[in-house]
Amino acid sequence: MVASRAIGSLSRFSAFRILRSRGCICRNFAASSALLTRTHINYGVKGDVAVIRINSPDSKVNTLTKEAHTEFVEVLNEVWASDQIRSAVLISSKPGCFIAGADINMLASCTTPQEATRISQEAQRIFEKLEKSPKPIVAAISGSCLGGGLELAIACQYRIATKDRKTVLGVPEVLLGILPGAGGTQRLPKMVGVPAAFDMMLTGRNIRADRAKKMGLVDQLVEPLGPGIKSPEERTIEYLEEIAVTFAKGLADKKISPKRSKGLMEKLTSYAMTIPFVRQQIYKTVEEKVRTQTKGLYPAPLKIIDVVKTGLEQGSDAGYLAESQKFGELAVTRESKALMGLYSGQVLCKKNKFGVPQKNVQHLAVLGAGLMGAGIAQVSVDKGMKTLLKDTTVAGLGRGQQQVFKGLNDKVKKKALTSFERDSIFSNLIGQLDYQGFEKADMVIEAVFEDLSVKHKVLKEVEAVTPEHCVFASNTSALPINQIAAVSKRPEKVIGMHYFSPVDKMQLLEIITTDKTSKDTTASAVAVGLKQGKVIIVVKDGPGFYTTRCLAPMMSEVIRILQEGVDPKKLDTLTTGFGFPVGAATLADEVGVDVAQHVAEDLGKAFGERFGGGSVDLLKQMVSKGFLGRKSGKGFYVYQEGSKKKSLNSDMDSILASLKLPAKPEVSSEEDIQYRVVTRFVNEAVLCLQEGILATPAEGDIGAVFGLGFPPCLGGPFRFVDLYGAQKVVDRLRKYEAVYGNQFTPCQLLLDHANSSNKKFYQ
Amino acid sequence: MTSILTSTFKNLSTTSKWALRFSIRPLSCSSQLQAAPAVQTKSKKTLAKPNVKNIVVVEGVRIPFLLSGTLYKDLMPHDLARAALSGLLHRTNVPKDVVDYIIFGTVIQEVKTSNVAREAALGAGFSDKTPAHTVTMACISSNQAMTTAAGLIASGQCDVVVAGGVELMSDVPIRHSRKMRKMMLDLNKAKSLGQRLSLLSQFRLNFLSPELPAVAEFSTNETMGHSADRLAAAFAVSRLEQDEYALRSHSLAKKAQDEGHLSDIVPFKVPGKDTVTKDNGIRPSSLEQMAKLKPAFIKPYGTVTAANSSFLTDGASAMLIMSEDKALAMGYKPKAYLRDFIYVSQDPKDQLLLGPTYATPKVLEKAGLTMNDIDAFEFHEAFSGQILANFKAMDSDWFAQNYMGRKIKVGSPPLEKFNVWGGSLSLGHPFGATGCRLVMAAANRLRKDGGQYALVAACAAGGQGHAMIVEAYPK
Repeated sequence: MVASRAIGSLSRFSAFRILRSRGCICRNFAASSALLTRTHINYGVKGDVAVIRINSPDSKVNTLTKEAHTEFVEVLNEVWASDQIRSAVLISSKPGCFIAGADINMLASCTTPQEATRISQEAQRIFEKLEKSPKPIVAAISGSCLGGGLELAIACQYRIATKDRKTVLGVPEVLLGILPGAGGTQRLPKMVGVPAAFDMMLTGRNIRADRAKKMGLVDQLVEPLGPGIKSPEERTIEYLEEIAVTFAKGLADKKISPKRSKGLMEKLTSYAMTIPFVRQQIYKTVEEKVRTQTKGLYPAPLKIIDVVKTGLEQGSDAGYLAESQKFGELAVTRESKALMGLYSGQVLCKKNKFGVPQKNVQHLAVLGAGLMGAGIAQVSVDKGMKTLLKDTTVAGLGRGQQQVFKGLNDKVKKKALTSFERDSIFSNLIGQLDYQGFEKADMVIEAVFEDLSVKHKVLKEVEAVTPEHCVFASNTSALPINQIAAVSKRPEKVIGMHYFSPVDKMQLLEIITTDKTSKDTTASAVAVGLKQGKVIIVVKDGPGFYTTRCLAPMMSEVIRILQEGVDPKKLDTLTTGFGFPVGAATLADEVGVDVAQHVAEDLGKAFGERFGGGSVDLLKQMVSKGFLGRKSGKGFYVYQEGSKKKSLNSDMDSILASLKLPAKPEVSSEEDIQYRVVTRFVNEAVLCLQEGILATPAEGDIGAVFGLGFPPCLGGPFRFVDLYGAQKVVDRLRKYEAVYGNQFTPCQLLLDHANSSNKKFYQ
Repeated sequence: MTSILTSTFKNLSTTSKWALRFSIRPLSCSSQLQAAPAVQTKSKKTLAKPNVKNIVVVEGVRIPFLLSGTLYKDLMPHDLARAALSGLLHRTNVPKDVVDYIIFGTVIQEVKTSNVAREAALGAGFSDKTPAHTVTMACISSNQAMTTAAGLIASGQCDVVVAGGVELMSDVPIRHSRKMRKMMLDLNKAKSLGQRLSLLSQFRLNFLSPELPAVAEFSTNETMGHSADRLAAAFAVSRLEQDEYALRSHSLAKKAQDEGHLSDIVPFKVPGKDTVTKDNGIRPSSLEQMAKLKPAFIKPYGTVTAANSSFLTDGASAMLIMSEDKALAMGYKPKAYLRDFIYVSQDPKDQLLLGPTYATPKVLEKAGLTMNDIDAFEFHEAFSGQILANFKAMDSDWFAQNYMGRKIKVGSPPLEKFNVWGGSLSLGHPFGATGCRLVMAAANRLRKDGGQYALVAACAAGGQGHAMIVEAYPK
């Protein structure tokens, strides 16, 4: 049961948000001569307690680098050698971060498994010493305590954490395709029990401090303080230190026991775990769950189970050895390279490279309270932006307001918000039917119906009532922004902001600039997007921009495959089997068949035959029968309210039969079907880079993975070409080109990469 | 008994840090303060404003404040309020038909007497022609009653108003769960037996779990003691400092009780029980005893304990407020003027109990006074830690600049002028009734010691606060 929750989040890849919010900026560890003075770790002595402070220089977060390791060992040796010191406290000087984990660059630069194994073993050695410390050591945790940071903390004798939203504990290594390699796989099961440890390690989920206390991951909580003699952050960390020092003294004096009293359930669980049969059953269930969820595409989860098993069955020596070896193996896999690449891409897309906008957007207005409009409003109000939500009808507006309220209320149910916070956030939303207050708006985001004339109408109306500096952003998935801007008096203020549905869950925001869009307008849009918590790619204007443009040929191929007689369920299995989180037929239903038809027709006109393949008639017929996908209850599948099961829509049979195409046996193997879908996607993505729609491959990868669900294990289309080999991709395309024609003709940039083996998108 | 007491005092004056401060403070004070108080009074201006009626306190009384669950435990809130009102009538002999209006403050309302002011007034024998209303503003409810009265008089709507407050913590409304209430209400409306049975069939055992009155802030879900502990930590107030302050409060209250300064108390013959004449929460202990207590809210390392917090209290107070002209015309000798007052509010999470810090400089500014002009301070003591945190906040330029938008600190009140007859920690704190006690203590201290201005200040749930200047009535 744990495991099902466990892997669920992995497959959806939503767990990546953990890393996003931390923004663990990878320090390059070029600094070398830091041996003389300690730059990462220092300590002072309070009475008979050593207070060891971690502070990575020039960084917002603390990371475990090689220098930090060395200095840590030095400090520990001094602490152990000193007669004056009887116990120690380990604390960060940075209020928002204990230790965010190991330096990712250090891991990413490993080329051989042995190299990575050595890193793991070194960390294991230090933490083992720490665990066996004759003087009790208290980890005082405030802010993120992740990966190696948590492994360090659980090697200490006692843990105290601030009960703060910023304080999160977790081992997110699995999200980078590796495993906790500093003793985590061995210590966690002992500390929180095998099921909870599996849950933590297989999902990489963040655990808040209060939950961690209940699980036994931390021993005490410290309440965050408000303003006092110092600012809240400063004083809270000082207070944490004071409390930790008292506990360190208490531990040294043996007045406090580091052993935790276990509850009845815990006792029962740990008793059950002593029975070999029960253990075997647990391994089996978890393994099965992992296999079905990862479809064998992600090696890390299985290795984690393996390592934990080794430790429990063959003793900790074997466990530590297995941990470091598997860590080494995983660190050099394609999957981990892909996932680490995505991670750094994400860090990159969390920055505003257009600088600080001249005017900070304080008053935001959203036009259209539909699914998208209300979603945009929701992610704005919960970041404290006053937002006007305008619709044309009371019913439409009410629906939108209810959507925002429900979104917030769901957070209350999950205890992520209090009902009071919900109310106060909701008060930032002002619903209205007119343009009252737009004279103060700094930015208007329109999310009205996808029709050029409607967009023109609202643009004119808005420009008539808004101030000169107001940015007009259009949320559209395919309408070219320059066409929308054509009727604008201030085209330099017009920009595209393409959100993805559901807005509060999807992290990506695609910002589209035209030739006329000013840099300040772009900076402003990026600033708002970042505030809304989005990962942002900025692309040039053009039909379908980047994301929709890549999706269109892929969907066209999907329709052709269906026309060739492949069952939608089968197709879904094939695409998810390749790593797509959502099957291709289901994706069409989710996006909306009418939208897909719209896009297919528009882009078909713009790009001609190259976007052909499947027949748009299929979509047309579906729309005419009302099979619009999930929103109308029927599409390729039949959806029932409240039921998660979906069955095939049998009424589709006649449509598919009427448009049936003969399958080409030479390109219809399961693998070929998968690659036909993927290579068209990849080819179009590379073409976007070639044409300058995309500025960087990193943005292309982030857009594909976070916006369209491109398989994360492949790292995005560009990383895929690098890892899979451009030549092999071209070979595939040529093979399909021979059968279907120019829809599969590889673009020039891809050919360039294929022709020169040292050309890579990521150097 | 007395021997214990004196020994406590010896302890206090020899060992505690407070004693040190007692002795050091006067040295650092300006020479003006060391002059005789009577001289000061003459040198200070009055705060009377042109074209604004002077508002005077003719008299104020309270029944003894008792620990909840003791002698008042079988009574209802309006019984306590009635006793205070009767005491006021008895002491002032004010003709009942002269009273224009009655206002009472209360916090935890008894649902049966939600307008407790009216029920008490009727029972106390006031004219049924005198309207009454009840106000609520957490711990500053009776302050609100008094200032409402002041407003009615200043605007010429009334001449004579009785203001007061009451709280009975021995009995609080405990409700059925919402589900149960809904079922009961629906049952009322059900017409046929079938409807009733179908409603009853929805009954689940968990419907019976009761709903206790919230002990926590509604907005933050945090209890006040918890917030006080965090506040004390934020200002680095130690456990020892808090215990010492609590000990001071109890010792001073005991002294005031023994010396008969608590003259606002009127005896109350409790039906079926003895006549109560004294507050029963004053219990000077020793620092050693207090140090043994475990923290009550933040466990195991917090600093707020039962001994350095105010306790749950039953009690009521009442005050006769008039325009000066009316009081003089009726032949009264007023006790004090009620002057400028202010209400403030701030973050209910992290600054819940900092009301006095915010209110003090504002009310002083309004009245054109400085801290040095104040001869008596009467602050509501919710927790030792809260009082000491307020002192530190008032004494911090950093806090004034960063959180209050002021250029400089207002300064913390000198202890020798501060709550010298005890405070809420020792006398008790019936939420709705404390405000009147503070004002009467201030007025009586000015009368006794000859000062001219007193500053009353209090914090309240919801992150609110209040301060008022009380001016001595010339003798």
